[in-house]
Amino acid sequence: MLRLPVLRHAAPTTLDEAIELLAAEGTMLAAGGTDLVPNLKRRQYPEAKTIVSLRRIPELRGIDLLDDGSLRIGALTTLAELVADDRAAPALREAARAVASPQLRSRGTVGGNLCVDTRCHWLNVPETWRRAAEPCLKAGGDTCWVAPAKRFCWAVSSTDLAPMAIALDATVELAGPEGRRRIPLEELYRNDGMAHLTKAPDEILVALVVPPLGDRRAGYRKLRRRGSIDFPILGVAARLGFDGEVCTDARLVVGAIVSAPLRLPQVEALLEGRPLDAATIRAAAEAAGKAVRPMSNTDLTSRYRKRMVPVFVRRLLDELVGASGATATS
Amino acid sequence: MVEPQVEPVRLEVNGVTRRLFVAAHRTLLETLREDLGLTGTKHGCELGECGACTVLVDGTPTLSCLTLTVEVDGAEVVTIEGLGTVGDPHPLQRAFAAHGAAQCGYCTPAMILTAKALLDVDPEPTRTEIAEAIAGNMCRCTGYLPILEAIAAVAEETR
Amino acid sequence: MRIDPTHGIVGAAGPRVDGLAQATGTLRFLDDLAYPDMLWGKILRSHHGHARIVSIDTSRAEALPGVHAVLTGADLPVAFGLLPVSQDEHALAVDKVRQVGDPVAAVAADDPDVAEAACELIDVVYEPLPVVTSIEEAVAVVDEPIHGEGPRDNRHREVSLEFGDVDAGFEAADHVREDVFFYQGNTHAALEPHGALALVDETGRLHLWSSTQVPHYLHRIAAKVLELPEHRIRVTANPTGGGFGAKTDVFSHELVAAKLALVTGRPVKIVLTREEVFYCHRGRHPVLMWFKTGFTADGRITAMWCRTYLDGGAYGSYGAASLLYTGQLQTTTYRIPAYRFQGARFFTNKPACGPKRGHGTPQPRFGLEIHLDKAAEDLGLDPVTIRKRNLVRPFSTTVNHLRITSCGLEECLDRVVAASGFADKHRSLPPGRGVGLAVGAYMSGAGLPIYFNDMPQSEVMVKVDRGGLVTVYSMAADCGQGSTTMLATVVGEALGLDPGDLKVVTADTDLTPIDLGSYSSRVTFMAGNAALEAAMKLADLVLTAVADELDVDPDEVAIGRGVVTAAGRELTWAEAVRIAEARWGLLSATGSYKPPKDIKGDYKGAGVGPSPAYSYSACVAEVDCDPETGFVTVEKIWLAHDVGRAINELLVRGQVEGSVHMALGEALMEEQAFRGALHDGPSLLDYKIPTVLEMPPVETILVESVDPEGPFGAKEVGQGPLLPVMPAIANAVHDALGIRVDEVPLRPDKLLAALRDLERGGEGRYGPTKLPDYEFRSPLPVEPPPEFR
Repeated sequence: MLRLPVLRHAAPTTLDEAIELLAAEGTMLAAGGTDLVPNLKRRQYPEAKTIVSLRRIPELRGIDLLDDGSLRIGALTTLAELVADDRAAPALREAARAVASPQLRSRGTVGGNLCVDTRCHWLNVPETWRRAAEPCLKAGGDTCWVAPAKRFCWAVSSTDLAPMAIALDATVELAGPEGRRRIPLEELYRNDGMAHLTKAPDEILVALVVPPLGDRRAGYRKLRRRGSIDFPILGVAARLGFDGEVCTDARLVVGAIVSAPLRLPQVEALLEGRPLDAATIRAAAEAAGKAVRPMSNTDLTSRYRKRMVPVFVRRLLDELVGASGATATS
Repeated sequence: MVEPQVEPVRLEVNGVTRRLFVAAHRTLLETLREDLGLTGTKHGCELGECGACTVLVDGTPTLSCLTLTVEVDGAEVVTIEGLGTVGDPHPLQRAFAAHGAAQCGYCTPAMILTAKALLDVDPEPTRTEIAEAIAGNMCRCTGYLPILEAIAAVAEETR
Repeated sequence: MRIDPTHGIVGAAGPRVDGLAQATGTLRFLDDLAYPDMLWGKILRSHHGHARIVSIDTSRAEALPGVHAVLTGADLPVAFGLLPVSQDEHALAVDKVRQVGDPVAAVAADDPDVAEAACELIDVVYEPLPVVTSIEEAVAVVDEPIHGEGPRDNRHREVSLEFGDVDAGFEAADHVREDVFFYQGNTHAALEPHGALALVDETGRLHLWSSTQVPHYLHRIAAKVLELPEHRIRVTANPTGGGFGAKTDVFSHELVAAKLALVTGRPVKIVLTREEVFYCHRGRHPVLMWFKTGFTADGRITAMWCRTYLDGGAYGSYGAASLLYTGQLQTTTYRIPAYRFQGARFFTNKPACGPKRGHGTPQPRFGLEIHLDKAAEDLGLDPVTIRKRNLVRPFSTTVNHLRITSCGLEECLDRVVAASGFADKHRSLPPGRGVGLAVGAYMSGAGLPIYFNDMPQSEVMVKVDRGGLVTVYSMAADCGQGSTTMLATVVGEALGLDPGDLKVVTADTDLTPIDLGSYSSRVTFMAGNAALEAAMKLADLVLTAVADELDVDPDEVAIGRGVVTAAGRELTWAEAVRIAEARWGLLSATGSYKPPKDIKGDYKGAGVGPSPAYSYSACVAEVDCDPETGFVTVEKIWLAHDVGRAINELLVRGQVEGSVHMALGEALMEEQAFRGALHDGPSLLDYKIPTVLEMPPVETILVESVDPEGPFGAKEVGQGPLLPVMPAIANAVHDALGIRVDEVPLRPDKLLAALRDLERGGEGRYGPTKLPDYEFRSPLPVEPPPEFR
């Protein structure tokens, strides 16, 4: 049997109450708990004392269509609810549908997937195992076993939703002791496996706001071993706008490469201002492959994952060019 | 050892109101199996990876190993014991037996509950929809094929 | 004696007798048992791959409120092992730990939280030792071998045999080919984690329940380690939530739960975490292998030389047998006139390998079936022809003295080729798509018991009460394969009764007569035969009594469905048994099964491989490969299996489909891999079992060769169908892309490496090229059977 450590539990009913609770040491924020509970059972957070559950805060629920056509998705919206909502961009729904398994999508939330802790095959392992290896940097040790040369944690961003939502130019609303703020989703992340979120520990992600897609095209492709359950070991998300044949704006984001979703502006620049013929797409895909450096921290080899980047980028772009409003997952 | 925080919880389990005092760090899996003696709910990993602990919480297939009991206070929980008995089985239970959809029988309760939730919302699923619905439930024995057949047969029956 | 079914009970596709119990969640698995005053046991495990235990201080744990007992190796000092030749394990480590996860100490406490906290308070001082984690390292002489004293290598066992003149066979060949293959280790991953519960009953005897496939071996070993007479111990095997060989060994937690119950006087339960299950392992050995085979120009094998190198992990377990299995069954599908087999198993600081579905034979089968495909290409033959030129004949003897009886291999091959359209598809599908073919064979039970004795391997007792209820008693443990249903069906067929109307009592050493266990696909053949004998004797008692009572000729009395007919009259079964009980007293009968003695040769090692009958399989796989990602999608599997006779068609098809699923995982994604001595990911997230979305459609073709010795002609189906699937997939990938991936799993990165090799003008291969620097001793010559001389 694998038990949770003895923990306290708080279920505030307002955001302010929750924010106040989070000021204390050892509080762990829980939405659906599908990321937190396994990590706690593996004893990955020895500092954990209290789970602060957000589930009873009504303000975090619901999906609303705003006046400007944006969709405001409450952080506690489950991934299954997002998948089912036809007001959301099909590409975003597809990315949500690519997460884990049906049971985890019906419990896991949009906020939870956006904030999902970075993962590493030296860290997300059972406790006896972790003791057998000297603890890695993120487990309180001195060395990152993925790349021991530098004192830096390479745990990998494992959200499917974030790359897609960043490609869709989404923003997030945060609430904290200082009040509310709204930032581009991209700015929520930082490429540091130890602390991949820029929000303060006592800030709560309240909602994801996704602007309307309009006549742009968007899609997401996910690399994983099995068609279900598995985390992404590469995610590619793109949004393309066109004026006739010419691509007017491009946003390309890769996930599960480093500790944050990674936007590739240099690749976007290769796409913008020209028709996306096969040569252009190929060049952009190659550039994307050169721009990233996956590490040996999850399933399959880093070298293989790097090789898949141009393939996945090219296939996604091909599909978006080939079909209007297309979405794709693989 | 730290003293656990104990909370009062009310659950509607298989139509019966159960009032319990539960430690905050206790999962629904542990509550059902150890406190309520409902051992039809199984566990294969206790980390949300295999699906064997699936029960229905307010009608939705839910991994009881990842669910804190205190978090589902007030909820309606259906376990395999709530579906039928050997003497009076649910159509899915009968179909699983008839189609050889259980070999060792360990994933079976979760698989049946997951299928029930699917058929409750979509009485005429395609084979692909059935497969997608059970894609979070591992079976190590059958290769899934008789499970797909059994669920499809029940859908067909009720059509 | 051949007995054909007449009542339509054998051969039907009815549900399992426990089907509704499973579907309603009322079947009681080990962890579903609990006692009000039960304590929870927990084992502290080593986090070193190899270390000397300098000291263990349990005082802090003992002082923790709620802790009732703490054990260390000193409390259970007797060594054990499943095979008599491998008594190298301890219930809790003594002096040394040899793998991450080795049991070191154990506690019994009021609840799981306390048990875990207590484990944290046990202070163990280790002196770490260098770890050995590969065959390459294990062949080297080291100061601190994993077992034994003083400088030596880490070899566990070696075998070196030669049947006939292999060199002459190579001389006579028109073409000789050599290939190296690697088969990565993988594990059973039965969904139910192992567990055990023990208590001292009201008579002072120990009662041990376990999720085990081998209650008899557990009984023997528990008696040895606990130093109790066997009659003071009762072992009950719960229905297991999947076995596949995972639960055919005896494990620390079983012995520790028993000892804790003896020490505390309270019931104690230990259920493993999934991580611990990965450390228990006993799964597929990683095997490096080399084949050298001579062929005539038309594809006939003239001689074969096979070498295998097994990475055994930290303990012997079944390894001495596993090693022989990597060499012995090659001859059961193809007529090999001269055969040299050399193999060695090595200790490494990893979880011990043992028997997983196919035990030791999937690895060489993978190599052999690819090796043959390559040879066919060399010789300009197609994959069907080269196999047909070499098929073993029914009722023959192999060069290594295995007795072949019924053999539907050719029919399996023909039917699977026809059903799949193999001839039209091979080398003809569009790029990226391909078909592959392979065959296999497996034993219907190991011919010899694990410990030497002359007693039956399986015994069954049937008893009838006055209401007509027939109860069947057998120690066979149902691990999901359906042995309970098989027993009810065999006895039901003999007595004309619906299997669901019988009662079957199984797997309890107090209540049931011997069956050696659910391993080596032995239960249908052996327990089935014992059950059939008992049922026939019982039928005879009933028929004789009825004939006497009605004063008719015994030939005029017969058993029908639920009735006994006598010269135009019809009695219900219950009426008939009352007549019989009045005549004979208690109506019961027994049956026993012992394999024939003449099925093996007379040489060291001859005990592994013989079986009273072999099942045969042939498989075609059709795949779609993505040359850019290296992903292989298996589009369809056709699998023909010679099961002798299907006792229950539903269950037989279920074993075929389940084998395909497990084989799919082995072929494409599952691997028990390590980073040093650390498992690469002991979880069901990291260990990739195919989900429903990866599972292809399977067309199952049952071939019924009706074995002369099997119960109603039946042979095994639980393991054999897995064997040809991995090489069929690998051969299909070759057909699709022109590359060879000569190892499992066929991971996408390996396909891409092979494709890159092809692009660069290489042969388009990924796989091992070298053999370890290890000298086998010269082979022991064994005179082949007369037909080979």
